[in-house]
Amino acid sequence: MDVQSSTPGVVLKYVVSPNDFTRAGEASSNVKNILKQMGISPDVIRKVSIAMYEGEINMVIHANGGDITVTITPEKIEMVLRDDGPGIPDVEKAMQAGYSTAPEQVRSLGFGAGMGLPNMKNYTDEMKIDTVLGVGTTVTMSVYIS
Amino acid sequence: MTVKDIQSALKATVSSGSEYLDTEITSAFASDMMSEVLAFSRGQSVLITGLCNPQVIRTAEMLDISCIVLIRGKEANEEMIRMAEARNVVILQTRYIMFSACGILYNLGLDGGII
Ligand SMILES: Nc1ncnc2c1ncn2[C@@H]1O[C@H](COP(=O)(O)OP(=O)(O)O)[C@@H](O)[C@H]1O
Ligand SMILES: [Mg+2]
Repeated sequence: MDVQSSTPGVVLKYVVSPNDFTRAGEASSNVKNILKQMGISPDVIRKVSIAMYEGEINMVIHANGGDITVTITPEKIEMVLRDDGPGIPDVEKAMQAGYSTAPEQVRSLGFGAGMGLPNMKNYTDEMKIDTVLGVGTTVTMSVYIS
Repeated sequence: MTVKDIQSALKATVSSGSEYLDTEITSAFASDMMSEVLAFSRGQSVLITGLCNPQVIRTAEMLDISCIVLIRGKEANEEMIRMAEARNVVILQTRYIMFSACGILYNLGLDGGII
């Protein structure tokens, strides 16, 4: 992790390793602890934690890992999850609750129910997916602080 | 009720967080799918699950769940215990199946909720 503190906010950067299901969630866990130390409200922390954790899991199970940049300003917490994975062919379909291409092995690990992207949408105030097939996906999410 | 009451009702063993057995508990969530827990839990402090991997501890951490009940005789591995201890999370292990574990705790007054 790499912390840059400057105006206009705190910037946190993480690398998410591929195929390491045991470590998936480490970045989200670190962000949660930092937000707690900063005295951010529990409601905001909960939303950020859930959305980022689901996004981090997706990077591990669908996209060979990637990197995450979190920017904390007085107004909002922005998370940018970037990967060089296969991309998402049909974003609208992927956003539907229950839609999943995850193999059975991922389901047996407690994920792959097709609820990740809908959860991320529900727990954030803004969410945008930029994806190019064969190039990668960038998911940008924001949770407002006030 | 406290974590200790849950432990005795489910004849459970404690594999992490034995110093937190006095924690007050008011509601619980039960599922084997962590995305479901992340989607629908609303501040419940116990997670009853048959899933047994480190992501159970992570899910509890993200949701501030203080006690995990592993059912059907599942046993936490070293990694899970290490993570749970670091996060002050209690892990209980019981041989009851999901249905029975939930029924016993519901009878004792533990609430769940409706989405
Ligand atoms: N970062 C990603 N890269 C490629 N595909 C993705 C990514 N995130 C999600 N997807 C696709 O969108 C689908 C739905 O995602 P999600 O709602 O999180 O459900 P799940 O992860 O349980 O399959 C996935 O099954 C996968 O096909
Ligand atoms: Mg997912």
